[in-house]
Amino acid sequence: MNQIPLSHILLLSTALFFIGMYGLFTRRNMITILMAIELILNSVNINFIAFNKYLYPGQLGGVFFTIFIITIAAAEAALAIAIIINLYRSHHSIDVEQAEDMKF
Amino acid sequence: MGSYSFIAWIPLLPLAGFVLLGLFGKKYFGKFSGFLGSVLLLSTTVLSIIAASHYFAPGGKTIGEYHPVTLLKMTWLPFSPGMSIDMGLLLDPISVMMMVVISFVSLMVHLFSLGYMKGERRFSTYYAFLSLFTFSMIGLVLSANLFQLYIFWELVGISSYLLIGFYYDRPEAVKAAKKAFIVTRFADMGFLIGILVLAFYTGTLDIGELISKLTSGQSSQFVHQAAGSFLGLTVVSWGLLLVFVGGAGKSAMFPLHIWLPDAMEGPTPVSALIHAATMVVAGVYLVARLFPVYVEDHLILQIVGYVGAFSALLAAIIACTQTDIKRILAYSTISQIGFMMLALGVSGYRGEDGLGFTASMFHLFTHAFFKSLLFLGAGAIIHFVHSNELRDMGGLRRQMPVTHVCFLIGCLAIAGIPPFAGFFSKEEILLSAYRSDLWIYGIALFTSLLTAFYMFRLYFSVFHRRPVAREGNGHEVTGSMKFPLVTLAICSCLAGLIHFSSLVTADGHAFSSAPELAFSILPVGLSLTGILLAFLMYRKENTLPAKISGSLGSVYRVVSRKFYFDELYLFITKKIIFNLVGRPAAWVDRNIVDGAVNGTALVTGKISEGIKGWQSGKLQQYAMYFFAGILGLVLLFVFWRKG
Repeated sequence: MNQIPLSHILLLSTALFFIGMYGLFTRRNMITILMAIELILNSVNINFIAFNKYLYPGQLGGVFFTIFIITIAAAEAALAIAIIINLYRSHHSIDVEQAEDMKF
Repeated sequence: MGSYSFIAWIPLLPLAGFVLLGLFGKKYFGKFSGFLGSVLLLSTTVLSIIAASHYFAPGGKTIGEYHPVTLLKMTWLPFSPGMSIDMGLLLDPISVMMMVVISFVSLMVHLFSLGYMKGERRFSTYYAFLSLFTFSMIGLVLSANLFQLYIFWELVGISSYLLIGFYYDRPEAVKAAKKAFIVTRFADMGFLIGILVLAFYTGTLDIGELISKLTSGQSSQFVHQAAGSFLGLTVVSWGLLLVFVGGAGKSAMFPLHIWLPDAMEGPTPVSALIHAATMVVAGVYLVARLFPVYVEDHLILQIVGYVGAFSALLAAIIACTQTDIKRILAYSTISQIGFMMLALGVSGYRGEDGLGFTASMFHLFTHAFFKSLLFLGAGAIIHFVHSNELRDMGGLRRQMPVTHVCFLIGCLAIAGIPPFAGFFSKEEILLSAYRSDLWIYGIALFTSLLTAFYMFRLYFSVFHRRPVAREGNGHEVTGSMKFPLVTLAICSCLAGLIHFSSLVTADGHAFSSAPELAFSILPVGLSLTGILLAFLMYRKENTLPAKISGSLGSVYRVVSRKFYFDELYLFITKKIIFNLVGRPAAWVDRNIVDGAVNGTALVTGKISEGIKGWQSGKLQQYAMYFFAGILGLVLLFVFWRKG
């Protein structure tokens, strides 16, 4: 059986990570930034699964971590959207550059 | 022993009075504060007289000696085995004698104040302070431990401060209170160091143990050797000298006498109680308390004697020129305390040699009566004429007959005319001085001439001379003020008849001392001369005093300015201490200490000004920092592993 080499999968997750990073730094829309963060989290998930599968095939540690991350990500998304809604109410905008009141 | 346990009530009753009157006096007791204080003090007085009669009862002696009794001893603050600050009551002849004197005089002052302070705004506070003073003074004399004594010593100081500054709306009173406090504090520093030195080398703070360690042959030698010497004196001698400095400060001995005349700013009954009869003799009491140790050290004892003699003479000379009735009495107090000190200084220890000690305590006893009598009399006079100055008085003998007679008795007693109290005690002092040191004897003799002169100068100026016109028809003092005057006058007549040398002696053995008639002729003659001089100069208005003071010229001026001691002290403190110590210290504080603090704040401020821009509020910038940080860590780990 011709397995896909680990390096391919790692390349995929790296690409995903940097795409997310790019989105995080360049986008102004907070929802988009949130999506970019999800991309980063998913790239980590792929890494966990891949290492679990290739290095310790008999164990489930990586899988558990992935499930945890997905759960946390869901909660975090709910929280973040709640914050964004509140921000919209007070600033009438979800542009991240508009929300910079918390400074010196 | 058990029969003495009621003695604990003697200091505790005035303390209760202080707490009650201090906390609730103004609100709940009001005018009855004085009554309450007096009743409490009456019980104290009765108890102490009972205690004294128990102690001096014929059965109280063992093997012909009055033994010290220690009661209710408990350890309060242990330092090391054998060395602890204990609280206890020590009964021995001098403490019992002092206890009776203090409570009795204090009672008289309480009664007198009922009339004198009537209608005063802080009436109950006044009585609270009086109770505090009585408590601390009785505690002082009953202390069984040097450190306990020191605690009460300071308590006495603070109550004196409070009472001198009682009229705190008068700047002079505030100044006088501060002066008294600072000068005595300065002396107390010597006292404290002295206590520490003695305690360090003997390893105990208990008075009885300390005395036995420093006097009994071998251990005493051992202590002296272990202590080594400093500037030619053994360290134990230094300790004794420093303790004496403390006593000299409280007793207003030269050169620390400057506070006492100013302390007369307080209410007059207070002057009678504190600055004449009780507190100022605390120094004498202290030396007497440690007398067995002092008597081993001839040099220090000689210093005590000469300081006493010199103070007596100096104060008597100054008293001749003063015109404020209370100041004259204050200087005469310094002079009389000088007498007590010099008597201690010339005393020996065993048997008849201890005459000086007995005489000193005897004089302390009689002085308390006639000096408080004089002060209370002065209080009555001041109450009547509303002035302290002699020129506002004159011809008062018709208007105030009772005060006149009492004051005259006081003057005769202090001048040493038989059969009044002062005669007997002064005679013993002179006799003991004559036996050991003719110089001191000469000074004392001359001083007693001056004493008679200035006291009768005061007497004739106040009660004879022309009557000074004054508005209103004053009444003589009320009954509550007359009673203490008369009682004290009777005491001043009779106190001298007590056979003191069989009760209070240095070593506890009684001996008999009768005044020797031949010896008494000279001092009594001198006193009579002094009275005669005063009679000639002050009985009628004449120009003699002015002529004499004019012919003395600058000498008179120097004396009437009290030898410029106040100016000297001001010069030393203001010019020398303030300029050399105060100002540099202030400079260091302002520039270096403050500078360091301000500099720290400045540097912190500058740094935060520089870096506060990092907190921009821009979310993505933060993410960038975060990422840069992670990148940095990654690089670090990667290359560190390899390197």
